[in-house]
Amino acid sequence: MAIAKVLLVDDEVPFVETMTKRLTKRDLEIYQAFSGSEALEKLDHERSIEVVILDVKMPGMDGIEALREIKKRFPLVEVVMLTGHATVETAIEGMKLGAYDYLMKPCDMDILMAKVDEAASRKRKQETKIIEARLKEITLRRT
Amino acid sequence: MDKENREEAAYYRSLTRNIIVIILVVSLTPMFLVSGIILYQYQDSHREKIFDHLGELVEKHKQNIDGFLTEKLNDIRFLARTFSFEELSDESFLEDRLNTLQREFGPVFVDLGVVNERGIQVAYSGPFRLGRALYSDAEWFKKALQREYFISDVFLGLRGLPHFIVAVRENWKGERWILRSTIDFVAFNTLVANIRVGRTGFAYIVNRKGEFQTQPLMDAAKCSSGFQDFLAAAKTSGQKMTMIKKCDETGKESLFVADFLKNGDWLLVYQQDAADAFADLKRAVRTTILINVLGGLAILTMALFLSKRVVRQIASADQEKQVVDEQIVETGKLASIGELAAGIAHEINNPVAIMVEEAGWIGDLLEEEEFKESENLDEFKRALSQINTQGKRCKEITSKLLTFARKTDSRITEVYINELLQEMVSLSSQRAKYGNVSISTDFEEGIPPIRVPQSELQQVFLNLINNSLDAMEKRGGVLSMKTRRHEGEIIVEVTDNGPGIPKANLSRIFDPFFTTKPVGKGTGLGLSICYGIINKMGGEIEVQSVVDVETTFRVRIPLSTGIREKKEASSSNVAP
Repeated sequence: MAIAKVLLVDDEVPFVETMTKRLTKRDLEIYQAFSGSEALEKLDHERSIEVVILDVKMPGMDGIEALREIKKRFPLVEVVMLTGHATVETAIEGMKLGAYDYLMKPCDMDILMAKVDEAASRKRKQETKIIEARLKEITLRRT
Repeated sequence: MDKENREEAAYYRSLTRNIIVIILVVSLTPMFLVSGIILYQYQDSHREKIFDHLGELVEKHKQNIDGFLTEKLNDIRFLARTFSFEELSDESFLEDRLNTLQREFGPVFVDLGVVNERGIQVAYSGPFRLGRALYSDAEWFKKALQREYFISDVFLGLRGLPHFIVAVRENWKGERWILRSTIDFVAFNTLVANIRVGRTGFAYIVNRKGEFQTQPLMDAAKCSSGFQDFLAAAKTSGQKMTMIKKCDETGKESLFVADFLKNGDWLLVYQQDAADAFADLKRAVRTTILINVLGGLAILTMALFLSKRVVRQIASADQEKQVVDEQIVETGKLASIGELAAGIAHEINNPVAIMVEEAGWIGDLLEEEEFKESENLDEFKRALSQINTQGKRCKEITSKLLTFARKTDSRITEVYINELLQEMVSLSSQRAKYGNVSISTDFEEGIPPIRVPQSELQQVFLNLINNSLDAMEKRGGVLSMKTRRHEGEIIVEVTDNGPGIPKANLSRIFDPFFTTKPVGKGTGLGLSICYGIINKMGGEIEVQSVVDVETTFRVRIPLSTGIREKKEASSSNVAP
């Protein structure tokens, strides 16, 4: 059983592939996407994805745009931004849009793992809360 | 370059020339016109005045001379009427009469004579021996017989001296007789000779034939053509005449004024050299020319001086404009370099990230059992960690490049002065190292942030640091930076122990375009821009320098800068 299901989004193919190998080795289940729109498709197909690692700078739909879209359509999915060069402005904007955190490339693998772990558990907690709330609702309705 | 300089010099030369021509035309034309017109009118009126004056003179003397002649004639007539032919034929009686006349009127009457119809002088009294002289063939006698009275022209006569005769005709017992008297030529001559004006003005009398009736003072015969013209003109007119004529004989211009007297028999001529008569006018002309020449010279000097100065100012304005243009180009260049740097930084970041990740992957694989026994495991690990370290170094470089690229950003942000200075120091550290300069920092902790455009503040301190490094370029030294908080403001001091700034330059150091750096090295704008930026923030920038000891630039920025914040646009120009 994997620690978490993660979607890796970056337009740099070698980066995605190497990261996949490294993260898989650390017991994550990795899905790959090479653009913002592809990420959205993947999320559509695979509803069990918990965390998205999202590159900010991509051709076409960029990271911020993709983040906005993801949060709109899959509000429970957590997003960790990965930027080549972090600026306060983009970080703040990302956080405002609901990103879980942001990291700078090249990033330390341990830190990345920790962030993914935290994000996944927050997602699960939220889901549990929602399920509990629904269960309560259903039980209330039945009784 | 040389050709450009030559063209420029030619341009400024033609500009100078044009300005000079315009100034000269505009100032000299009215000056010459006005003085010319005034001179012309003055000349006209002056001539008129001279002729009027001389006309009056001639008129007065004409009346004088006519009066003299009439008086003498009347005296003789009185004698002829009062006494009979018989009485006057008595020589002793005649002598008595002559004596009486000479007593009354002076020696004007030289002699008295009584001549009968046949021309025989029957009685004579006077200094010459002319008794019984025969005048029947004399011109004057013939004419005197025809008229009641007669005044002759001047002639030599029997005595061989110039004289003229006043004669009166009377009848006695059906026969005509004549009483005649000789008028003293000298006395008469003085009447005319007294007319003297200026150096060359004199008068004389000529008869209808052009013979002199008085002794002209100057050699009037040399310019006889003057009165000949009058005599010719007199046939038609008896009026007073004036003219200016060039003498054929002397080549000089002379002025003539003439009037007829003795019922048109004689002509009184006044003659004067035109140069003498119009001496005043000539002086005025000379003065005018002198004033014009001096004025012209003054205007010429002014034109030269002014045009040079104006062109110099234009040239320096052109030069300043050129410097500003170059500055603009430079700024544009910097901006494009910044953009390029930002692009490169982003592009490099990705491959570096991949390399680091690949290295990480190798590291992951090395953890597996099969490699554990490899004798080179430690070496692999060292190499991987080196790849990681260098990857991070690349990241730092790109990060700095991006900081530089964002320099033109003038948005207001919260700036922690110490952090900003630290960033500037780290940016300059490499240069300092090459220049053998050590940078020391002494930052007071806990300084609150100020809200200012970060990039502008960066520019100010980068400029100050660069100036200090430039100053210490040759000998190296210590650059020390201090910050402290003092009564609501932040004080930043940038001190170097370079050669210092001479006192003469201290007051001008913030002036635009003031630079001591060699041509092409500095625009002289850096410190003036710093001054503008700090001023805008409500702060102050000042300098203290002791030559060969140290130079300190002190920047004071109030904690509340009062800069109006613009509504910030979304971060479109800053990509991650």
